[in-house]
Amino acid sequence: MTAPATHAPTLLEVKGLQKHFPVTEGVLARRAVGEVRAVDGVDFTLRRGETLGLVGESGCGKTTTGRCILLLERPTTGEILYDGVDLTKLKRKQLRALRRRIQVIFQDPYSSLNPRMKVGDIVAEPMKVHAIEPDAARRAARVRELLAICGLSLNFADRYPHEMSGGQRQRVGIARALALNPEFIICDEAVSALDVSIQAQIVNLLEDLRERFRLTYLFIAHDLSLVRHLCQRVAVMYLGRIVELTDCDELFDNALHPYTRALLDAVPVPDPSVEAGRRFRPVKGEVPSPINPPSGCAFHPRCPIAVSSCSRIRPELREVQPGHWVACSEVR
Amino acid sequence: MATLLQIKNLHTEFRTGAGVVRAVDGISYTVERGETVAIVGESGSGKSVGALSILRLIPDPPGRITRGEILFDGRDLMQLSDTQMREVRGGDIGMIFQEPMTSLNPVLTIGRQITETLEQHRRADPAAAHKRAIELLGLVGIADPARRLKQYPHQLSGGMRQRVMIAIAIACDPKLIIADEPTTALDVTIQAQILELMNGLTRRLNVALIIITHNLGVVARYAKWVNVMYAGRIVESGPAAAIYHDPHHPYTMALLRSVPRLDRPRQARLDPVNGQPPDLTRLDQGCTFRPRCRFAVDACAQVRPPLEPAGPAGHLSACLRREEIVAAAGAVA
Repeated sequence: MTAPATHAPTLLEVKGLQKHFPVTEGVLARRAVGEVRAVDGVDFTLRRGETLGLVGESGCGKTTTGRCILLLERPTTGEILYDGVDLTKLKRKQLRALRRRIQVIFQDPYSSLNPRMKVGDIVAEPMKVHAIEPDAARRAARVRELLAICGLSLNFADRYPHEMSGGQRQRVGIARALALNPEFIICDEAVSALDVSIQAQIVNLLEDLRERFRLTYLFIAHDLSLVRHLCQRVAVMYLGRIVELTDCDELFDNALHPYTRALLDAVPVPDPSVEAGRRFRPVKGEVPSPINPPSGCAFHPRCPIAVSSCSRIRPELREVQPGHWVACSEVR
Repeated sequence: MATLLQIKNLHTEFRTGAGVVRAVDGISYTVERGETVAIVGESGSGKSVGALSILRLIPDPPGRITRGEILFDGRDLMQLSDTQMREVRGGDIGMIFQEPMTSLNPVLTIGRQITETLEQHRRADPAAAHKRAIELLGLVGIADPARRLKQYPHQLSGGMRQRVMIAIAIACDPKLIIADEPTTALDVTIQAQILELMNGLTRRLNVALIIITHNLGVVARYAKWVNVMYAGRIVESGPAAAIYHDPHHPYTMALLRSVPRLDRPRQARLDPVNGQPPDLTRLDQGCTFRPRCRFAVDACAQVRPPLEPAGPAGHLSACLRREEIVAAAGAVA
């Protein structure tokens, strides 16, 4: 495992990130009738060589946060400082140059690969787009190298995605992400769609690549066990905001936010004797709609420790212990 | 306990362009009254097809149950007429599927879908059915049931829809519920709610439950008995504690070692199951797990090993080296 990069320089700093989507009505004259606050004020930093986990349930804004960092979505407000440069202020051309350093691996290896392209062409595509390795022979050699790095035999270059299994396709997605020698990769539920036995193969591959190429990862996932295995720090999101952020083991052994605790309680452990000894009451209620979020702390209607002020005052993320940030007024 | 369901040597195959797929290739197991049995496996292992076969819900063509007996509460379901089978489905056997949006009828109200079941199977009159529907929604924890009955599936969240599915499944006091990946599409906190609800209701009403899942944590929390499937066969079967703490099949061992644990700090690299799942159209006569197995020997290529005793309390494993590998794995670990 790479040493926690506590002293490494900051690579990414996200400040006050918000992304609101309009909710529209009407067929011909579409008019905005509200907005979804998918990301509603997110701050975090990521150091070089670090792996930060971004976890939460559907609709918590973790994927939108990732897409904003990639500028696949224009943030409504906020800064995304990458190596000191605010990506939101860059012109297209400048952004394109920076994008070589930032890559993404998507969840679904079935829909994120072009079904009409051969695997070799899929992996070569980023090099073409960014006009590196213009020489076809050298590009082909690089494709072979990338396939080998990702554990695919060379004859896959001439196959189409549909001829491959889910795990093999995800390896293609990873090879494509590596094609431009990036330093930072956003893994958006990169192993969620895979079977358990294959998931472990891909997780190991991601770890190997992290060491070999000194990569920095933002690991977006809903599977907390995987996050514990792979990440050094974890941010937990709920309805567009980070509610807890701390070192990985600290989060799993000493979670402070009631939502984090509910989330951890909800995950069954693959061991019947551990499960038999657990006292477990599922958190009540469901995640509210981000179109009309609860006032105050968004978690208060479901929260077992809520007090009356929680419905009025939205708690800010504050450092309650060194390196342990929590957005809850009841946590001391 | 008395046996409720006994499956004997069940075979289900599908004719595809690539050849015949033996999705279920001779499985046998029993479910006792009121017991929770888990069927664990990965995509393509035959776990869902096996469950659909019990209900005779295999689309024909391309699928067909070619052999086997399904003895349920004293009757062989394979011998029933289609009409009799319709009585069983939703009557004595309730069903809960993965995707509540596609298993509920989008153009009927929630209430109608529950009362329809009651009228069909229990010949309830509309007023009684309505009253019972309200009661059922209360049982599955849906607030304001009278209002909810008038709503359509799309007006409900995923968790709510799954609660409705459970209400329909228990409507006719079934003896068995088959739940196929009932919470896979749901978020973790909702998954926990639904599983607790299912577990609580089946215990309270003494309904047997077959839960089909790939989630080893869910199995550990709820199942008493576990059947592990691989390539259409049960490769290991036993009490949950034996399967988790004393596995006797290389696939089960590998599966347990490949998942990271939430309750422990990271120890080492994950130990994945190497290779890819088998192509079911191209199986030879040997053990189907052999190409991925670290314990495989020449003999494994000769026969498909049958399930044989591997421990006390009916623990079975389909591995020729089931005793040796336990010692070997201990030495490795």
